[in-house]
Amino acid sequence: MNYLLKGGRVVDPSQQLDSCPLDILVERGVIVKLEDNIAKTGAAGRRAKSGDLQVFNLEGMVVAPGLIDMHTHLREPGFEYKETIRTGSEAAVASGFTSIACMPNTNPVNDNRAVTEFIKRKAQECGLVRVYPVATITVGSEGAHLAEFADLKDAGAVAFSDDGKPVMNAGIMRRALEYAASIGMPVISHCEDLNLSAGGLMNEGWIATKLGLPGIPGIAEDIMVARDIALAGFTGTPVHIAHVSTKEAVSLIRNAKTRGIGVTAETAPHYFSLTDEFLEEFDTNGKVNPPLRTPDDLQAIKEGLRDGTIDAIASDHAPHGRTDKEVEFEYASAGISGLETSLALGLRLVEEGALTLTQLIEKMSIMPAKILKIPGGTLRVGSVADITAFDPGMAWTVALPLFRSRGKNSPFGGWALRGKAVLTLVNGEVKYRNPLPLDGGGLGWG
Amino acid sequence: MKLQKKDILGIKDLSIEEINLILDTADSFVEVSTREIKKVPTLRGKTIVNLFYEASTRTRTSFEIAGKRLSADTINISASTSSVVKGETLIDTARNLEAMNPDVIVIRHSAAGAPHLLARLLKPSIINAGDGAHEHPTQALLDMLTIRAKKGKIAGLKVAIVGDIAHSRVARSNIYGLTKMGALVAVAGPATMLPLHIEKMGVAVFRHINEAIQDADIIMMLRVQTEREKQNIFPSLREYAAYFSLNTRNIRRAKDDVLVMHPGPINRGVEISPDIADGPYSIILEQVTNGVAVRMALLYLLTGGTG
Repeated sequence: MNYLLKGGRVVDPSQQLDSCPLDILVERGVIVKLEDNIAKTGAAGRRAKSGDLQVFNLEGMVVAPGLIDMHTHLREPGFEYKETIRTGSEAAVASGFTSIACMPNTNPVNDNRAVTEFIKRKAQECGLVRVYPVATITVGSEGAHLAEFADLKDAGAVAFSDDGKPVMNAGIMRRALEYAASIGMPVISHCEDLNLSAGGLMNEGWIATKLGLPGIPGIAEDIMVARDIALAGFTGTPVHIAHVSTKEAVSLIRNAKTRGIGVTAETAPHYFSLTDEFLEEFDTNGKVNPPLRTPDDLQAIKEGLRDGTIDAIASDHAPHGRTDKEVEFEYASAGISGLETSLALGLRLVEEGALTLTQLIEKMSIMPAKILKIPGGTLRVGSVADITAFDPGMAWTVALPLFRSRGKNSPFGGWALRGKAVLTLVNGEVKYRNPLPLDGGGLGWG
Repeated sequence: MKLQKKDILGIKDLSIEEINLILDTADSFVEVSTREIKKVPTLRGKTIVNLFYEASTRTRTSFEIAGKRLSADTINISASTSSVVKGETLIDTARNLEAMNPDVIVIRHSAAGAPHLLARLLKPSIINAGDGAHEHPTQALLDMLTIRAKKGKIAGLKVAIVGDIAHSRVARSNIYGLTKMGALVAVAGPATMLPLHIEKMGVAVFRHINEAIQDADIIMMLRVQTEREKQNIFPSLREYAAYFSLNTRNIRRAKDDVLVMHPGPINRGVEISPDIADGPYSIILEQVTNGVAVRMALLYLLTGGTG
């Protein structure tokens, strides 16, 4: 099937494009034409006659490169009650994502070819979204011995990370950065000094003091960000900092970038949407690692996004089952099911003027593609048709039971948000379309 | 006047009027415990479950005696391990108890917020008998009752709370309560025992006991948990006793009629010298006596009684 996406506002940061209306013609999985007012019938009605052209009227919609979430947890193998590759993929395509990277803290952990291949195969069977496995830095994510990087790369891993745990030993982190760089692979660092965060349950500060909960100080993150920047500078290798949550980390990364160190960074929507005040009633849906921080940190994260210090927005989608969250705060698992609110929370930044729409889309498509060195993130003629269309004005209320993800654990339940994906094309095929029929003016949903 | 509350989760949530109502009601119950026959029929037919996930002598016994003196049926459940270790979740345990229609569930738990979880999900009234380092509202109420009885007022008194503020639910509940009632509260401890931004709770903060107890009307000493030594919160019990204990020398800095309180259990010779604990300033055992009256008042008010 070929597709004509008509009349949308096409925003593609990879070619500095923001144009409305602009049409996109997709043939055999590839973007073949990007023009104003492409004829529905093509060469004298050839396409229409052959019946293989579907036309979507996307007036009022934003059409963007397929969104890429470079930090998710799909939980399979091992924790299928929390999420499976299928349910995670369903959540992703319905939320505008065409590619997602999944972290290796499964059971068994993804520290070997067999697990990487299993994830790839499962994702292909689902046939919804491109799934890029991230493998561990160290065997078992135990921080002691490097995993077989080259073999994992060959099996389909796109990056290395012990996400969920830091590599505490600086000597091992140094070797990981050097070895990974030598085979052109990114390393994603979960920055947390375990000695400083030990026993902590939420951000150390005024709210934790009131609640009597042991704190995780911001410095537990900052000190490791500083270490990894120093290592990257020393070894001349790149490093990617995951889920930045503190003001000081933003400042360290900003400074490192001006010094030409190859550091990139991501943050998650909850760090620019919520603070630790959310936890006043001990709601475990707000328990996450790194923890929700202070209003000061939140402002710094927004500023870091605006000035480019923070390159990417990733959901850190961490689905959990009810049994993981309906317990005492201390025993609750950390994490937020984030795929399905990521775009709309990002659009709040656009609405309040913190980011332009182009910046938002850049941080959710081309930047993660560049960091992970994966295809996508562009609507250039000739590229594979991974395309997202969303209605930036569609108002909706976050209803957790309606999440496609198995993880209904979100602090955003009940929030009134704007902006929702309406059409997701992966590899030139429609993988999701909003069930609400759009006013097609006779064209509609074909 | 009725207490318009389903649960007692913390002093933070109580108004001055509610605190006064509880203390006034408790005053009227003090006398019951001095009678020849220490029992009134007030709560006949009511069921109270004491669900204790943490070791407790004083508080659990106090709640049990309070319930019995009001003729309620009281049941004690002691889980020596946490609900998670035990295999049944807290919610499942509590729902099973709820299915037997108790009127009040009293819970102590090492995890802050555990009583709030039950309060959200269950019909019976929940009383927090201590949750982690968060709150211990009945302790603060009995402390305020004791202060009020001895000093005739709370407002304007200088109260020093000394010790591990960071890990103390007694400190938090008393700070909320005493500052609401108009006392001037000072806290003191080594920096490792003072949580970030504690001054925002409306207290004066000192690094040494001597500064905090200067001209104090009340000194409240907190128990040092010996396991904190392993976490390097302080170097040794020896050093703590030498620099942070209340003893016959430094107590002279306080007012002549100072009263010394301690929520118990005390570490004799660590945070408090035996001379002080057993001495004329000490009202530690009166606190315990008043604990029964305060808990009787709460059980009575929560089950619909009027003050």
